[in-house]
Amino acid sequence: MTNTQLAARAQGLRKSYGSDDAAVLALDGIDLDIESGRFTAVMGPSGSGKSTLMHCLAALDSPDSGTVEVAGHDLGRLSDRKLTRVRRDQIGFVFQSFNLVPTLTAEQNIRLPLRLAGRKPDKAWFDTVVDTLGLRQRLRHRPAELSGGQQQRVACARALLARPAIVFADEPTGNLDSASGTEVLTFLRRSVDEFGRTVVMVTHDPVAAAYCDRVVMMRDGRVVDDLDHPDREQILAHLAAR
Amino acid sequence: MLSLTLRALRARPLRLLMSMLAVTLGVGFLAGVMVFSHALSATFDNIVDGSTPDGLVRSGTDQGLGAAAAPGAPLDQALVRRIDSLPQVARADGQVQGLGMTLLRADGTAVGGGGAPTITTTHDDAPNMSGGHTLQLTSGRWPAAPDEVTLDQTSVRDAHYRLGDEVRLLGPGTAQHRVRLVGTAQLTGGGTAGATLVVLSTRGAQELLLGGRSAYNRIALTAAPGVSQQQLVDAVQALLPAGYQAVTGHDVAQETQDLIGGFLDALSTFLLVFAIIAVVVSGFIIANTFTILVAQRTRELALLRTLGASRRQVRGSVLLEAILVGVVSSTIGLVVGRLLARLLAAALGRFGLHIGDGHLVLTHGSVVAGYVVGIVMTVVASYVPARRAGRIAPLAALRSEQAGPTRPSLTRVCLAILGVLLGVGCAYVGVGDVDPRPGNPAAWVGVAGVVWIVSLAALAPTLGRPVLWVCRSAYGLVFGVAGRLAGENAARDPRRTGATASALLIGLALVSTIAVLAASLNATIDTSVDQRFTSDFRVEGHDRLPFPVAVGDRMERVAGVASVSREQDVAALYDGGPTELVGVDGDYLDAQGLTIGAGSGRLSPDSAVVSRSFADDHDLRVGQAIVMRPIGTTPQEVSRHAHRTATTPTATQTLQLRVTGIFGDATAAPQVMVPLRALAHAGVRRQDNVLHVDLAPGAGVARVRPELERAAASAPYVAVSDKQEFSDQLHHRVNQMVYLIYGLLALAIVIAVLGIVNTLSLSVLERTRELGLLRAVGMSRAQVRRMVTLEAVAIALLGSVLGLGLGVLVGVLLQRSLASDLTTLAVPIGRLGAFLVVAVLVGLLAAVGPSIRAARMSPLRAAAD
Repeated sequence: MTNTQLAARAQGLRKSYGSDDAAVLALDGIDLDIESGRFTAVMGPSGSGKSTLMHCLAALDSPDSGTVEVAGHDLGRLSDRKLTRVRRDQIGFVFQSFNLVPTLTAEQNIRLPLRLAGRKPDKAWFDTVVDTLGLRQRLRHRPAELSGGQQQRVACARALLARPAIVFADEPTGNLDSASGTEVLTFLRRSVDEFGRTVVMVTHDPVAAAYCDRVVMMRDGRVVDDLDHPDREQILAHLAAR
Repeated sequence: MLSLTLRALRARPLRLLMSMLAVTLGVGFLAGVMVFSHALSATFDNIVDGSTPDGLVRSGTDQGLGAAAAPGAPLDQALVRRIDSLPQVARADGQVQGLGMTLLRADGTAVGGGGAPTITTTHDDAPNMSGGHTLQLTSGRWPAAPDEVTLDQTSVRDAHYRLGDEVRLLGPGTAQHRVRLVGTAQLTGGGTAGATLVVLSTRGAQELLLGGRSAYNRIALTAAPGVSQQQLVDAVQALLPAGYQAVTGHDVAQETQDLIGGFLDALSTFLLVFAIIAVVVSGFIIANTFTILVAQRTRELALLRTLGASRRQVRGSVLLEAILVGVVSSTIGLVVGRLLARLLAAALGRFGLHIGDGHLVLTHGSVVAGYVVGIVMTVVASYVPARRAGRIAPLAALRSEQAGPTRPSLTRVCLAILGVLLGVGCAYVGVGDVDPRPGNPAAWVGVAGVVWIVSLAALAPTLGRPVLWVCRSAYGLVFGVAGRLAGENAARDPRRTGATASALLIGLALVSTIAVLAASLNATIDTSVDQRFTSDFRVEGHDRLPFPVAVGDRMERVAGVASVSREQDVAALYDGGPTELVGVDGDYLDAQGLTIGAGSGRLSPDSAVVSRSFADDHDLRVGQAIVMRPIGTTPQEVSRHAHRTATTPTATQTLQLRVTGIFGDATAAPQVMVPLRALAHAGVRRQDNVLHVDLAPGAGVARVRPELERAAASAPYVAVSDKQEFSDQLHHRVNQMVYLIYGLLALAIVIAVLGIVNTLSLSVLERTRELGLLRAVGMSRAQVRRMVTLEAVAIALLGSVLGLGLGVLVGVLLQRSLASDLTTLAVPIGRLGAFLVVAVLVGLLAAVGPSIRAARMSPLRAAAD
């Protein structure tokens, strides 16, 4: 059941941490479709399960029950080798703490997923991404020589270079000042609008969420709200209502 | 703070294990060597002191070696009684003791040898210096009848005799005897260090060693209470006939110590060097491990600081952890050391050097040294990083991201370069154009080698750059991005990589030095065999034991044999000292291809041809007359001059000779050669030690050989060998020793492997998030494994390339400094290549655990904070 309109789909996801009495239910039966070509935010207070949901969708973690499909692959049925391949080819990541490899230059970091796959990057696409992110002058620097905003932009370029079916961003602005945060959000927005990418972002920040086409609100492991093109006030109102 | 330290230790069992292993191995090696050295010297002390009475009457006032050399009346029972009745003497025991006999197995082959003596002695219960008995029965009884014998346990086991069996004895000379085994014995305290003991009844010993005379060749003296050894000896001396001497036990022990002391010192020094190597290697690893551990704990320690712990408390916690680790692992190390000493003793036992089991114990010295070294090493190694950790501002540490590449400090590089130059200086003194050269040239090169090893270990981070650069590029080309990352990781912290590689560097430097020396020694043997083995067959007794001339006579009659050239070894006194004479045939010199430097190589009945060094030592010129007195004819007598009671009733006359030729020195050539006729003339009983058999043209080697072997059948300890077999035997001896050394060095390499495992495991732990990220962005498990493995191989290659280079350099320089003995240089490329392969395997092996751990790392770790 391949649906070209869906980049990812979760059905009946359940996951708990710990055991017995101390068990914490992180996901309590989530059904969620992520449409292609849209910028989706997942919001919720700490412990609402939003990070766990993203990890499950991104093939970083596996649910106790339920199915996850990414770009037509049922993740639950895949071996570690195939999961690795899905992560490499279909999924891009942007982490809160940038997570660049310190021994590699910016350019090498950007090309890393493709090199791991043994694929040649598309020169034109590489240039487009690098220029859009304003990284041209920084390609030969190592992460330690870059500012936080620059590092996160390198991470964005890395996530996009393989043209993944879906990009996950985990609090991408959490460690950035507001100016750098704005740059990163603007780029993610542009990658959806101009390059037709699909982005899912986990965030606390209503300002960040306001860049998105859709905001999914979570609490106690469930989806409690699903807003289409909300503005900041709407989001704040929904957050306050809960 | 203590409870916190304990909890920190318990919380990370792997970390604990890693640092403990390094300390345990270092201390284990040190303790093992100390225990072994102690056991070795205790065994020898036991032999020396345990077999020496308060005083001894023996022959010879002039460095004499045997009863045969002592003129005048024999030591008879009447004399013993007269001495016994002196007030200073508690008891006097006439004894017969001598070398020159050999124990044969039932099949006629010889037991023992390889330089260790066979001591034939009578038995009585005369006490030794410390009041105990020299020998202890382990089974059966002492010999009572002339045809009974008691042997030492080890030899009995070696020869597969049982009580009641008929035992074959050879000697003195070529006579064979059959006696009955009635008991086994051991030196009190155990361990004969390779010697064979043949205990006979007094009558039996007199028959075999004194030609049946009812006499003794020594008298053991026991002092009366309150009488000093000197007083004892002075009192006895007055009663002695001319040619005999009373010596104090201390002097006798000292002489023996002097004789074997050199060998013992050399072995102990050699082992101590290994122990120091082990300590240095482990020190590197411990320091490295703690540096990494503390770096990892920076956050944790910083958290403690923000919660109010003082800088001192933080430092104290790290030091306390180090002390705990040091104490526990030193304790384990001591146990390991004792095991190691046993292994070493077992290995050397195979070379005939038997160490008394009772001596293989942990002495106070080794326990103290083990703890001190273990604890001090651990504390020092952890103090520096602990101080660094204490200095970091708490919040900075909490926020700290992983550090990028570090640079080696300039001071360190400068010091190391100074070290290298110092080494060059030492090496120059050793092999350069220095005249006069102070001290031993090989020792200078040795010092240079040690200085270089230490400097190179310090320089490894810097010198390693090209190696790592090559690794990185080659890896990138061959293994793609995983390879490139592995290369980058190895180069990430050159100081850490360098320190880890240093352990392997030291091990491989030593191994390859030994390899070059061994190859050169083997090549030298080949050259010398080529030069000197010019006949078709060489016939030689085990350990150069003599055999009857009838063997050679029979061989001369074998069809196809053109000539048999003979050698007879004789120990003689010349110029107050012992000298090795070899009686030879007229055409021996030509056959041996020796170059005559002065005079001629022709031997007339009274001529002596001497080596250049002998001529120089004694200021001899061609034409000069010399007088020599033969004193013994067995190889043991020849080689063990200091056993002053060697007994062979052979020659009584002197050799009146004239120097007619001086030959250039050659390896293993005798010092003085005289014609066999001159020996016979002087009353030396003719026997042969070596025959050189040449075949007539066209004679079939395969057909003649069995005939030759049949001719030697009456003396089964005699072997017929061709050139190849002869050089194989020589190589075999060299190689056995070399393998023992490799065995010791293998331990240093094991420590080095653990060092790599340590560094790698800790790096993997340290890079948890990075590994998670790589997994998250699509690195497969296999790629992660490959990456970690390649990093290990890079470290191993770094250490081994530097080590091999240095080792070959030092080996070549050592050969140069020893060029007079070690004439041919050989660099065993194949073997060195094999070492490199082993080093790569070491890397692969070291990476097994860490790479599996790394590959198991969940990609989720990338998202964790």
